[in-house]
Amino acid sequence: MSETITLEVLRYLPETDSEPHFQRYTVPYKDEWVVLDALNHIKDHLDATLSYRWSCHMAVCGSCGMTINNEPKLSCHTFLRDYRGGVIRVEPLDHFPIERDLVIVMDSFMDKLSSVKPYLIPKQDKPLSSGEYLQTPGELNVFHQYTQCINCMLCYAACPQVGLNEDFVGPAALALAHRYNLDSRDGGKAARADVVASNEGIWECTFVGACSQVCPKCVDPAAAIQQTKISASVDWLKDLLTPGAHT
Amino acid sequence: MDVIEIDVAIVGAGGAGLRAAIAVAEADPTLTLALISKVYPMRSHTVAAEGGAAGVIKDNDSLDNHFNDTVSGGDWLCDQDAVELFVNTAPLELLQLEHWGCPWSREANGTVAVRPFGGMKVERTWYAADKTGFHILHTLFQTSLKYPSIRRFDEYYSTDLIVEDGRCTGVVAIEMRSGRMVAFRAKAVVIATGGAGRLFPFTTNGAIKTGDGMAMAYRAGVPLKDMEFMQYHPTGLPGTGILITEGSRGEGGILVNKDGYRYLQDYNLGPPDPWPRKKAMELGPRDRLCQAFWHEQQKGRTIKTPQGDVVHLDIRQLGEKKINERLPMVRELAIAYVGVDPVHEMIPVRPVVHYTMGGIHTDIDTATSLPGLFAAGECACVSINGANRLGSNSLAEIVVFGARAGRGAAAFAKANPKPGAASNAAEAAQARLRELFAREGGPDTVSGLRKAMNDSMESGAGIYRSEDTLLATCGILADLRARYRRLALQDRSNVFNTDLIQTLELGCMLDVAAAMAHSALERKESRGSHQRLEYPKRDDANYLKHSLAAFRGDEPPSIGYRDVVITRSQPAERVYGGAAT
Amino acid sequence: MSRRPYMRKVERSWWLQHPRYILYMIRELTSLFVGLYCALLAVGLVRLSQGHAAWDGFVAAFSGPLGVVFQLLCLVFTTYHSVTWFALTPKAMPLMVKGEPVPGGVIVGAHYVAWAAVSIAVLIGAGI
Repeated sequence: MSETITLEVLRYLPETDSEPHFQRYTVPYKDEWVVLDALNHIKDHLDATLSYRWSCHMAVCGSCGMTINNEPKLSCHTFLRDYRGGVIRVEPLDHFPIERDLVIVMDSFMDKLSSVKPYLIPKQDKPLSSGEYLQTPGELNVFHQYTQCINCMLCYAACPQVGLNEDFVGPAALALAHRYNLDSRDGGKAARADVVASNEGIWECTFVGACSQVCPKCVDPAAAIQQTKISASVDWLKDLLTPGAHT
Repeated sequence: MDVIEIDVAIVGAGGAGLRAAIAVAEADPTLTLALISKVYPMRSHTVAAEGGAAGVIKDNDSLDNHFNDTVSGGDWLCDQDAVELFVNTAPLELLQLEHWGCPWSREANGTVAVRPFGGMKVERTWYAADKTGFHILHTLFQTSLKYPSIRRFDEYYSTDLIVEDGRCTGVVAIEMRSGRMVAFRAKAVVIATGGAGRLFPFTTNGAIKTGDGMAMAYRAGVPLKDMEFMQYHPTGLPGTGILITEGSRGEGGILVNKDGYRYLQDYNLGPPDPWPRKKAMELGPRDRLCQAFWHEQQKGRTIKTPQGDVVHLDIRQLGEKKINERLPMVRELAIAYVGVDPVHEMIPVRPVVHYTMGGIHTDIDTATSLPGLFAAGECACVSINGANRLGSNSLAEIVVFGARAGRGAAAFAKANPKPGAASNAAEAAQARLRELFAREGGPDTVSGLRKAMNDSMESGAGIYRSEDTLLATCGILADLRARYRRLALQDRSNVFNTDLIQTLELGCMLDVAAAMAHSALERKESRGSHQRLEYPKRDDANYLKHSLAAFRGDEPPSIGYRDVVITRSQPAERVYGGAAT
Repeated sequence: MSRRPYMRKVERSWWLQHPRYILYMIRELTSLFVGLYCALLAVGLVRLSQGHAAWDGFVAAFSGPLGVVFQLLCLVFTTYHSVTWFALTPKAMPLMVKGEPVPGGVIVGAHYVAWAAVSIAVLIGAGI
């Protein structure tokens, strides 16, 4: 009889359930398996009605964020061997409406991401024919870590302010704004400030730091937000002292 | 059924689809556009590509070099007019990505850096650390947010093309969150749905690579071209199939067998220089490297692991600093998924299915034989990759032809009238779905049929094929198709029913697999990634042609042929190793 | 429509659900004591400006057992507050030297050095 492990998975079928409930499944235990492998085993062999998102299985597409034993994690990057001998509780990410089973409604996240104008607004236009914007490795280093976000939303699930204030723009969106603000080619900080430096933007953050703790890509959105607070305050002061000089 | 009328519909929001959408929006912001994808754009499989995108920009390189490398890399099955256009346009498209903010890795002087890649005489692969696909996809997605005319329909699963009076007039899709069907009536449709790696059991491809768009076009009467050419990537992790980029070999990584021997030198790829010599050894083309693995396996010189046979990829000699700077993701993946830190140990790797050279037959402007229908990216076959794709040509391909498809679709939409009154085509799609929901349960499951298909494709249509193995696979696929027709859903709900989606995806895969297996059976030669044990040589006299698979319902596809466009590079011997440079 | 998205409520006890939130709340609570001690110092300044008698009265008021306990609590909590603050400084003020990031430990260490220097200066000034 080979070793097994138990998963306790949140189920919610909106057409028949009035509220979510948990269902237990026993799956084979394999050293090299991740929770996603266990979920696939459930779907393939035990219960085809289980719905969840996944694709790349290598922690780069951001699809498979879930709450695993009370911790926001990517199910493709959470190894069964770290839970051996126990029960693994698998739920959808916190702070989002549950569409079905482990699938959340992520419309609010997509809206917040777009709201910060997360695209290059060049300092100066340059025709393609004149080649690339020059950017030294040092300049790239300044913003590189903030480019690593895979939009997995673990940070939104971890952040208590997201849970308490549904309008809070949130860690990933603010980190992405910071990525562009720091890019030496970009001149769009003022254009983003409306949303970024607003009450629902950086000022909703109280530096809990949970976002950075759970981020699977070490983006450190908390750092991005605190840096933006300093830079926004400096900009505000500059505006106060020399009004109209800065646009 | 709800009907949405738009000028252009794009199915697939990966690199090619997003680039096409931006091209439409820039060509004419007044055109209405629907960007339809079964996943949110950031999840598209472009995100997993690692190594880089090829484009000629350095002074020591030339467009001719890129052209010749690509044509010979494709074993002369590439259409040379398309390759010419591709190599000319690639640098501009990659530059456009840079202007949109893509964080390309740089030289000390601030210019874009390039690295060596397999099968290329001169280094020309632009890279963003070892997450180039991720950065390209996110750059394109974020840039697309600038254009108000791009209307996205995320998590809509497209099931059928609407064809009326010999013209493609839209696409039918299921809104996954509610289960309702929507008919997009469009003047022009672009398919950019990616390849079909999930036909095979070991693949770098994510769950979504199920060939849906290929199947839709195929069923609508558009032939699938060169389907027998399926690329295995030489270095995937055992078990998961996770991709370990060719860039690790471009930076100087080596492949050794169980005796610690750089075995590639035994297969006309030597000499085994200690520094990466272009087009030699570990920088040879992917098909040759995978074939070498197969031979080593036959000789018993591969290393046995619980997840199958492997060889070792050694990048220790690069040193920790270089690995952290150029190959940080390779290090993370090796540590997480096989418990190996490549700074100190060798990574176990094996060939895994990676890229579909074949696809929807298009011309050089991405137009298909069905007026109003365009295709670009991995799902299409122009063909610039021929019988074997060079690494880093695909990321360049998706932006070159994605842009072309967008412009082509925009021009078609402006030049053509709206489709006529709604016909029965969309209703037929809905009726098929109702029939599926109504079926009674039987002994088969979607996962059972899928596994049987996977196993059969690997054993019959793998790196080396023969008449016996291919015939067996064709037979099994026919049987699976019959069983699929009786397959019932295990989940009949409406909200985010992934059992339904997997069942529909399986149908697409079975159609594409049949095209693949039959095309392989008919090509009685070895060329590029299609290797026949009983026909080990290339046969230009009979087979310097593209195969064209035509859908015939439950009957096997009919396989026709079409000449390859040869302009200035006459077929010659593919030369790698010391003799090549 | 068959959709019925279900929103799980955030309970009032949300911060008890995970150690990281409990630690966060403790950190936030310590700012209360930082604030209170600042108030105490402000009052002390005012009393100082009002002459010897007022100052002596102020010192006496806080020399009793309750006063001492309060000040000890403030010492502990402001220390905790400072330690957690210092730990977070590299995030808020990343420094680059010649294109390479300065290690976080150096930035944190610099804060401790500054703290020590100021503390020593104050103690010397106070005649200790």
